[in-house]
Amino acid sequence: MAKTIKPTVGERAFDVINIVLLVALSLMFLIPFLSVLSTSFISNAESMRRGAFVLIPEKLDFAAYDLLLNKGTLIWTAYKITLFKVVVGTFLNLVFTSTLAYGLSRRKLPGRNALVFFIFLTMIFHGGLIPTYMLMDNLGVKDTLLALILPGLVSAWNLFILRNFFMSLPEELEESAIMDGASPPVILWKIVIPLSMPAIATIGLFYAVHHWNDWFGASIYINDRSLLPVQVVMRNIVLAGVAQNETMIEYVNDPPPAQTLKSAIIIISTVPILFVYPFIQRFFVKGMMVGSIKG
Amino acid sequence: MNWAAVKINRFYYYLIIPGMLYFLIFDYIPMFGVIIAFKDISPFEGVQAIFSGEWVGFKHFVRFWNSYYFWNVMSNTLIISLYKLLFGFPASIVLALLLNELRFVVFKRIVQTISYLPHFISTVVVAGLAMMILSTDGGLVNAILVFFGKEPVHFLGSPEYFRSILVISHVWQTIGWGSILYLAAMSGIDPGLYEAARMDGAGRFRQMWHITLPGITHVVVILLIFQIGGLLNAGFEKVLLLYSPSVYEVADIIDTYVYREGLLRLNYSFATAVGLFKNVLAMFLILGANYLAKKMNQTGIW
Repeated sequence: MAKTIKPTVGERAFDVINIVLLVALSLMFLIPFLSVLSTSFISNAESMRRGAFVLIPEKLDFAAYDLLLNKGTLIWTAYKITLFKVVVGTFLNLVFTSTLAYGLSRRKLPGRNALVFFIFLTMIFHGGLIPTYMLMDNLGVKDTLLALILPGLVSAWNLFILRNFFMSLPEELEESAIMDGASPPVILWKIVIPLSMPAIATIGLFYAVHHWNDWFGASIYINDRSLLPVQVVMRNIVLAGVAQNETMIEYVNDPPPAQTLKSAIIIISTVPILFVYPFIQRFFVKGMMVGSIKG
Repeated sequence: MNWAAVKINRFYYYLIIPGMLYFLIFDYIPMFGVIIAFKDISPFEGVQAIFSGEWVGFKHFVRFWNSYYFWNVMSNTLIISLYKLLFGFPASIVLALLLNELRFVVFKRIVQTISYLPHFISTVVVAGLAMMILSTDGGLVNAILVFFGKEPVHFLGSPEYFRSILVISHVWQTIGWGSILYLAAMSGIDPGLYEAARMDGAGRFRQMWHITLPGITHVVVILLIFQIGGLLNAGFEKVLLLYSPSVYEVADIIDTYVYREGLLRLNYSFATAVGLFKNVLAMFLILGANYLAKKMNQTGIW
């Protein structure tokens, strides 16, 4: 056993250097978040004295959060839209993706190869931004909730991952169900779906995180400010520097510094995913392996 | 066609109809829509102009090839993409090697969790973080510069720094997530090889070099080939979020150019032509990459 061999000085040095490097790397991931978190809590007075950015605030000042969450409707509206997008969007993604994947996983389905090729082709060639935009425009879905859900309703990539999973289920299961007189819908509902829950849940997580983070679609298809999801609102405030009155925040006499407001909205829009992230991480790791090894 | 077989399977056809319709409408209609690249279309005419618009052949393509923008956006796309490949690709391998050498499982898990984090964060947040940290109004980096007696720098507005910012933030965002597959491949290496190497007196570095790295070569090659397949995607969203006219010269890539020409200036036909040019090139890159991957490994993505 390797363990019985005593580590040499060189090996110990190697371990120490390795740990130091990895700690440094971890800090490089944490410091940006930490500095934005801290900045979101500094008061006007402290910002005047110490500059707009601090690593550790002297005192926690909640003025920016108060302004965004209590004095404005903007964030709550955007949260509602994002929640709708995540819940309804992901549900529809799963319905459309799993029915298609299951149908295409049937080995004896006449015409299956042609149908699979029909979808595969969309993975290597696209119409591009402008024809897609024109289509959406002409379907009249611009400035509706549908515009947040329709693009990317089925991802060919996820579809093929799920189809692979369905194809890996043992055929004997279905055969014995047929012997017992089960019809195809019963087999799907009573056998295939329960057995596939882990795979469907993983794909659902892929879709849900995508919905939470997506901004580009909404930014081109949505003009109505009451339909903007959190990420687009955040982009407007943080990156485009849209003025306060444009963001439906009530006017206040002594507003928090701009950097504090921007930091607070970054935190507000990131916190939910930071909370669920540790729980969903391992699902994703597994899903990524499934997708890459077979594909 | 065996109609009896079709009839037996009708339940499965009902199942696939909604999904197939989705692909038909949202992927095939835009594919067909690329013909507006060969026509002159006014954005006010609507989609029926696809049928009515006047054919102009390759006019828009020729205009693009002859314009100053052609070389500018092509070279920016390729340079940014190659830099990302050059720095981002090995970074994940190095991180996987370091993680693999860790003996404390708990610490390893903590580092992994932290390094995967940026992958779950929206591009808007990453761009926002970059903007805050690089801000001249006391951003972290400028605060450090000022502390050392230097002048603050307007990083995002400076052509000489813009690409580095894109590349660094790309590495930051992808290094951890990219290491997953390498770690998986490393865990499949026969531990007996390491024991034998230790008996022969190989140190940790030599074990890494002669056992771990060769053990993951097949994964490295496959992933590298597919990165090359995506060479024309230089990271549209992040560039769009971070760039400004003062850095167009080094930051404008094909996708951002299509976005500006098409959606901001409403030159639908021209922008579609530029996009089509890119998509056709990208298609050949992907097909070539898959061909290579199959040749070397017998397993492509399809």
